[in-house]
Amino acid sequence: MNKTEFTEQLRAALKGLSEEDLKKSVDYYEEMIDDRMEDGIPEEEAVNGLGSIDEIKDKILKEIPITNIVKEKIKPKRSLAGWEIALLVIGSPVWVPIVLSLIITGLSIYMTFWIIILSLYVTDLSLFLSGILGIVAAFMQTNGFATGLFLSGIGITLTGVSVLLFFGFNQITKWMFILSKKFLLWLKKLFVGEKKSAN
Amino acid sequence: MKRGLLDVCVLAAIRDEDSYGYRIVKDLSPYVEISESTLYPILRRLESGQMLTVRTAEHNGRLRKYYHITDSGIERLKQFESEWKELMQIYEFVTRGGEK
Repeated sequence: MNKTEFTEQLRAALKGLSEEDLKKSVDYYEEMIDDRMEDGIPEEEAVNGLGSIDEIKDKILKEIPITNIVKEKIKPKRSLAGWEIALLVIGSPVWVPIVLSLIITGLSIYMTFWIIILSLYVTDLSLFLSGILGIVAAFMQTNGFATGLFLSGIGITLTGVSVLLFFGFNQITKWMFILSKKFLLWLKKLFVGEKKSAN
Repeated sequence: MKRGLLDVCVLAAIRDEDSYGYRIVKDLSPYVEISESTLYPILRRLESGQMLTVRTAEHNGRLRKYYHITDSGIERLKQFESEWKELMQIYEFVTRGGEK
């Protein structure tokens, strides 16, 4: 791949970003190729050494907030005519609820994410507390040795399980964060770049 | 940790004089693993965080972007130094701990 091909492919991959973001990114990589070539690296090698277009795209998208990407997508490409504005107003009973429900769906996905994490730790805390309480109850109860042994056994088991689960839940939380980052990147990719299957 | 560390390295690379992308990568590569495509998001992040400013200058008939560290960038470096001094003291305490 030479520099021109690379630039074209990168531009296509980043289509959908604002003109400013697009230009900045492409300029940067062009400068890198020029500097590499000036340093004596042959053109092909200078281009290939930068990594694949997909990798570059991922890295660029990670730093651009999703709000910017969506804003760019819904921004009208030209100013609206009078009749279009009128149509928008008349049509508002239809599109306002749709947009609203999309926003609410997004918010609830976001909240679900945090609530899952919260519920994991609440479960763990309750297990831990019941364990401790079981041990305490074993000493306070008056039903005899066997009941005491039974209660303290359950108590110790629950406490132990809660400690083990705590580490497990930490790991799950970590995975959830990685997953949410991947999800965000995937979401951004829906808006940016030419579809490979099209044309 | 690693991500913040790279930010600081990039700031350090432009502390004494303005530099450009390719040179930053070259200057840092003996110390940390950094590629041009890793550097780009860092530069953008530092720019939006007002740790550096960008100016364009002509070089060999083409344009090249030069990065200049701002006062808050220098502040960030100082903060990093003092954090590490503290950490190094803890490190010394921990490693000497066995001998006492």
